[in-house]
Order: sequence, then structure tokens, then C-alpha cells
Amino acid sequence: MRYPSMWRYLTQRLIAFVPTLIGVSLLVFVAIRLVPGDTIIAMLGTEAGMLTESQRTALLEYFGLDKPAPEQYVTWLGNVAQGDLGYSVRHGAPVLSVIIQRFPVTLELAILAMIIALAIGVPIGLLSAIRHNSLIDLAGRLFALIGLAMPNFLLGTLIIYGLSVYFGILPNSGDYVEFTEAPLRNLQQLIFPAITLGFAFSASVMRTTRSAMLEVLGEDYVRTARSKGLRERTVIMRHTLRNALIPVVTLIGVEMGYLLGGAVVVEEIFALPGIGRLALNAISQRDYALVQGIALFVALNFLLINLLVDLLYAAIDSRISYAGQN
Amino acid sequence: MFTRKSVRTLLILLVILALGSIAGHAQDNSNVLVMARAADATGLDPHTQTAFASLRLLELIYEPLVTLDAQLNVVPALAESWEFSDDAQTLTVHLRQGVKFHDGSDLASADVVATFERILNEETGAATRANFLSIESMDAPDDSTVVFNLSQADVPILTAMTDVNASIMSSDVIANGDPTTDAIGTGPFMLESWQPEEQTILNANPDWWGDGPFVDGIDIRIIPDESSILAALRAGTIDFALLNDPLVATLLADDSTVVLNRAPAIAYHVLQLNAAREPLDKLEVRQAISCAIDRQEVLDTASLGEGQVTGPLTIPAYQLPLDGYFCYQKDLEKARELMAAAGMSDGFTLSVIAATAEPPTALSEAQNIQAQLAEINIAVEIESLELSVYVDRWLAADFDAAIALNGGRADPYTMYARYWTSTGNLNTVAGYRDDTLDSLMAAGRAESDPAARFETFADFQRHLVEMAPWIWLYTGYEYTAQQPYVVDFIPMPNDSLYYLNQVRLER
Repeated sequence: MRYPSMWRYLTQRLIAFVPTLIGVSLLVFVAIRLVPGDTIIAMLGTEAGMLTESQRTALLEYFGLDKPAPEQYVTWLGNVAQGDLGYSVRHGAPVLSVIIQRFPVTLELAILAMIIALAIGVPIGLLSAIRHNSLIDLAGRLFALIGLAMPNFLLGTLIIYGLSVYFGILPNSGDYVEFTEAPLRNLQQLIFPAITLGFAFSASVMRTTRSAMLEVLGEDYVRTARSKGLRERTVIMRHTLRNALIPVVTLIGVEMGYLLGGAVVVEEIFALPGIGRLALNAISQRDYALVQGIALFVALNFLLINLLVDLLYAAIDSRISYAGQN
Repeated sequence: MFTRKSVRTLLILLVILALGSIAGHAQDNSNVLVMARAADATGLDPHTQTAFASLRLLELIYEPLVTLDAQLNVVPALAESWEFSDDAQTLTVHLRQGVKFHDGSDLASADVVATFERILNEETGAATRANFLSIESMDAPDDSTVVFNLSQADVPILTAMTDVNASIMSSDVIANGDPTTDAIGTGPFMLESWQPEEQTILNANPDWWGDGPFVDGIDIRIIPDESSILAALRAGTIDFALLNDPLVATLLADDSTVVLNRAPAIAYHVLQLNAAREPLDKLEVRQAISCAIDRQEVLDTASLGEGQVTGPLTIPAYQLPLDGYFCYQKDLEKARELMAAAGMSDGFTLSVIAATAEPPTALSEAQNIQAQLAEINIAVEIESLELSVYVDRWLAADFDAAIALNGGRADPYTMYARYWTSTGNLNTVAGYRDDTLDSLMAAGRAESDPAARFETFADFQRHLVEMAPWIWLYTGYEYTAQQPYVVDFIPMPNDSLYYLNQVRLER
């Protein structure tokens, strides 16, 4: 019984993706066209005023913007259904290939940031909860406060300043290399942006872990475990932490969704060619097809990660099951 | 267990950091110039790409018939010599011999004719077409001569030909290729690869007609944040950089390890008033604004004094002493009198549009002007807009006043015909026209004697400042920065990078 209904659950969730994605694409399609200034103005700037009417028409035709908006949308949607996200005028390449080229940077950065956040946040949160109201707890909370309050453009700039002025190094000076090309150099280039992103996130991980731990530590089953005479280590690791991790998993899911949408500020400061910068430039260049493509891609990521998180709940907490009530 | 893990993670980070310091200077001893800038080209077609960021790349690959030297004089490029007929209605251009395109074909007069036909063809969408409308026909009597037959006397057309947007393309590419992807020019560098917003690789053109280039190539990297460019210069990972923000550039002034180049710019910072709108349609109100603003204070506050207060023409050869202009000394009493004469003693609200970060000083300028105009009861409301939104409103003349950084040109006519002739494409944006401006512009266009031209445009400037449709503020610097071993670069007032063809690396 369990597996067939599991499949049904998955299918239902995947089908629900379709209206969400259509909604997102429609919203983005309308929004980017409502913003004043079109592709021609983005490309020519004030020189666009030197164009004659027929020059303008010729350019609009070239960019595929001469048709009425609803017609453009329907055509675009039809192409998307066939796996064609359109053509980026800015990059002179199909939107999908541009996104696929940029995505690994963002994915790697997100995973690294996540690892850093968990490696710092979970232990500190754990310690803070166990040594509740101690000096360690105080220091941990102070760390969380700083982490949450410090914007990443500040931390990123400080790191770059420190590295370049005091150490005379800057691993990435606009010459980003892919992991498959030179793994070590790639890690050098990504580690500082990942620290920048991971730092702020580790603070929220720490806070969530701490409060969840405190809550679980007060549960009856923990008291029972203790009264059975189990070692404190076993109580914490086996009985408490596992249950306390559920809110952390939720947090990771949401944050990962955001990170896969690109960390615009960090990508700008560290000159990383990721999805965030791609989206920002696509918007300022009014590269409509690219903006729509990225939005769709990011939305799909978000949905998939949400689904994954929901499935993870079931794995962590046996009280949760999507396979019916039996 | 977790603490042990984090100790291990920390150790790994430290190792990576240590390795990073070893690998920091990867390109020692190479003869490739590594250059960084914040914005990338928006496309490769030299006739349709007008953004400064595009021109800075395309001028290395393509060349126009004539170009400019550091004093903005017209000097030979693909044309070796040229002459106007006495009535300035025929321009004959003699092409340089032995020039080759990057695909190996020879430059011939047919390429020049095909290029200007492409620019004039409305299908192309070349913004610079407006500068070449006087071309009635072109003849190519032999392979190295082109004759432009003009419908009227048009001296400035020669300066317009220095524009990157008037670069010569191969007639073969125009007919059979795609200029948006095939970058086949005659320039000192050849395009090897272009990854938008990431990296552009240029190779030296071994067949270039000039003496150079002296580097093997240029590796152009896009680093969107100028502070990060600064950091890369200090870390020694880049050789040469373009900088826009005076606040960032001046940080290098005291740095002994990096050389900062300043070239007085011909682009000008200006407060555009829209004289088509009330109450700015009243001459007294515009003049009052002109008298109430201390231009030096705007320059000092917004750009740390990095620049010079300017009149309308920023080309060195046409500049006039500032004290000859109407109200270039702040005069609050006069400003208040003028406001009273216009019946506006109680002041009014003036909405000023400014683009965020374009130029980086725009908002500071607006804020300083806001403070200064408050003294004559004008309440300035600042609208900070994203660049394309700003341009959209600017082109529609949908503003009371606008803070702008407008590009200069090497010729006064090409620079201002668009704004200050009643038929100019941007006359509505300029918001003001009168017969004096029209007749002075027409005279300046036809006049070929430099002294007489200077006088004509001196009158033009004085009249313009007195009518105060715009308040000209100041010109800044075009900044480039380089490592001390980068030598022989000639910084240009129009920010051109063409003279990277002379750069040597003496590591």
C-alpha cells in the first residue's frame, strides 16, 4: 500500500507544479513589460532618441517585440512546452543554454554556503541549548545577532578588503574557472563568497537549532530517556537532535530555494558569473526572454526543493507520512 | 563530534587560503594585458551598439576612417588623407594602402561605401545615421578613393566619421555575414571569444597597419563592483582597469603601487530644465536657478572636486573663460530679484529625475542642488530612477528637470545639433528652441575656417547660458588605472581605449 500511494502523492505534487509555473511566468511576463524602458532603450540609452520611426520598427522586429503582447506570450508558452525557452538577444544564444552554463556556479555556491552554515550553526546551536544561559550560550547568541545583522555586502567587502590589502591576494579577479577545469582554483574562488553567504545563514541555523533543541529537551520522552539512565550523549544525539532538526530542514529548504535563485549581491561583489547576476543584467538590459526563462527556472527549483523537503520530513520523523493514514 | 568536524572544516579553509596566496599571481611574465571593467558590451555590431561599455570594446576591433588624438584633433586612421571642396559639399577620402580585415581580405573603397549604405539604411537601426543624412551619394572612382557628395555644406561630418559607430565593416560581412556575431574589423585587436558579463579575449592583429600592438592580446574581465576592481589592482591580479566612480578612483590617488590616469572628460554633468513646462517656461525662473547654484560647490560635494566647472562646450579648443558667462558666480540677491520679477517669490516645487548610479554622482548632485535651491524657495523633489526607466522618461521629455551626464563630441555641431536645432532629434528633450540658436548652428555647420567657427560657437555658448534652458555644471575625469609596468597608454578625453594599441608591458 505504502509505495503506490507514495507515487500518487508525488504525481499529484508534480501536476500541481504546472499551474504554479504558468502563474509565475505570466506574472513575470507582465511585470517586465510594465516596467518603463524597452530593449531598445536598454541597448541604446539616450541615443535611442536619434532613431527614426522606421529604424525603431526595424529593431523591434529584430528583437521579436513587434507583435502584440498576448500573442508574444502564447507563442512563448507554446515554445516552452516544447522545451524551447527562447533566444537571449543579449547573449546571442538560446536562453536554456545560457542558464545551464551559469547554473553550476550558483549551485556550487549554494551547497558550499549551506555546508558552512550547518557546520557552524548546528554545533553552536546545540551547545547553546545544552548549556542554556551559560557563557557559551551568551556568546552563541551574540554570534547569531551579529550574523543576522551584518548585511552580506558589508562582510563580502570587508573580506575582499582584508585579502587584497593585507594579504595581497584576490582569488577571483573576474577569471572564474569551473570546478571541472581546475577544482582547487575553483574552490579558492568560491570559498570566500560561500563564507559570506554561509555566515549570515549560520546565524539563523544556530537560532533555529537552539530553540528547537530547547523545546525538545523539555519533552516527556527526553525525560524518560534520561530516567532510563541513558548517557547524556545518547539522549542528545539519538533522541533530541533528530527531532530538533525538523525546523532546521524547513529552514534549509527555504534558504536553498533562495540561494539557487542566485545571490545577486555576493555574485556582484565577488564577480561570479551566477544566476543572480544573470537575472539582474537580464532585467536591466530588458532581455525579456532571458528574464522569463530565469524566473521559470528559479521557480521550478523552488518547487522541487520544497517537494524534497517534504519528503525529507517523512524520513526524519516517522510520525509524518504521505502514504495515507495506515 | 560536531566540534571536531568544524575544526577540520576550519583547517581545510586555512589550507585553501594558503594555497590561494600562492596562486594569486598566475599571469606573471605573460605579455597579455589583463584588463578589468565593471560593465560589458551589450553587443558586437559597431553600427547599432551605442553604450559606452560597447564602444570601449568595439573600438579595439573596428576602426573608423578617421580618429581623434589626445587633443581631439581629427587624425588619419583608415583614411590616409581627405579634402573638402571649397563649398564644403564634397568630401574626398583617400584610403590607406595595404589594410587588411581580420578575415584576410583587403580594405577597398567598396567596403567604405557599403558601410555608409548600411548606416543610412533605416533597417539597420543605426543611431548615428542622423549625423550622416547630408550624404546624397557616394562614388568610388578607384579602389582607394571614396567621394561623398553632400546635399549641403557639412564640415562636422568629418568629426562624425571618427565615431566608433561609423566604423568600417567589410562589404562581404555586410552582404553575407552577420555583424552581430562576426566581429571582422581592421583594428589592432581581433576578437577571440566573448562571454557576456564574464570575459572577452582579444588577440593582437599581426597584420595591423600601424606600429603595434605591443602586447600579445587583451584579457578583458568584467568585475561589476568597482571596489572589487580596486582590490584586484592592489592584489596585482589585473594590469589595467577602467573606473567610473570618482569616489573609488580617488582612493588610488595616494597608492604608490598603482598608477591612476586622469583625462579631463568631454562628457558634462548638467541640470536639464524642461523649458516647455511651467514655471520653467519663464526665462527669469530659469535664470534665477542658474544664479542660485554654485557650480563649484556641486562639483566639490558630488565629485570631491574632481573636475572643472564648464560651459556648454567641453572641447578644449572651444572653451571660453567662465567669467564671460551669465551668472557663473553664485548671486542669491539677483536670483531672488529674478524670482520676484517672475512673480515666483514664494517659490515652487521642482521635481528632478536622476538615474541611480549613472553617473555614480547623480544623486549627490541632485541633493546638493536641492539644498542650494531651497535658498530661493524652490523645493526640489528628487526622483531616483533605474537607468532604463530614467532614459524612457528622459526621451519622452517627461520631467521638470533632470540630472544628466551627457557625452561630449569632438565637434560642437555634432555635439549639440541634436538638442539645440529646432529640427534636432532630441530638441523636445532639450525643451527649448529659438531662432538665434538655429542660425548660429547653421552657420557653424557650414563654416570651415577655424577662427570664424570659434567665434560662431562662442556666441552660441554665451546665448545658451543666458537663456539657461540647462544649467551646465562641470566636467569630471575619465579614469583608468594601471600597474606601474604598463607603459605608453594615452588616456583620452572621450574615454577611448584605442591607444591600447601602443601599450607595452615592462614587467
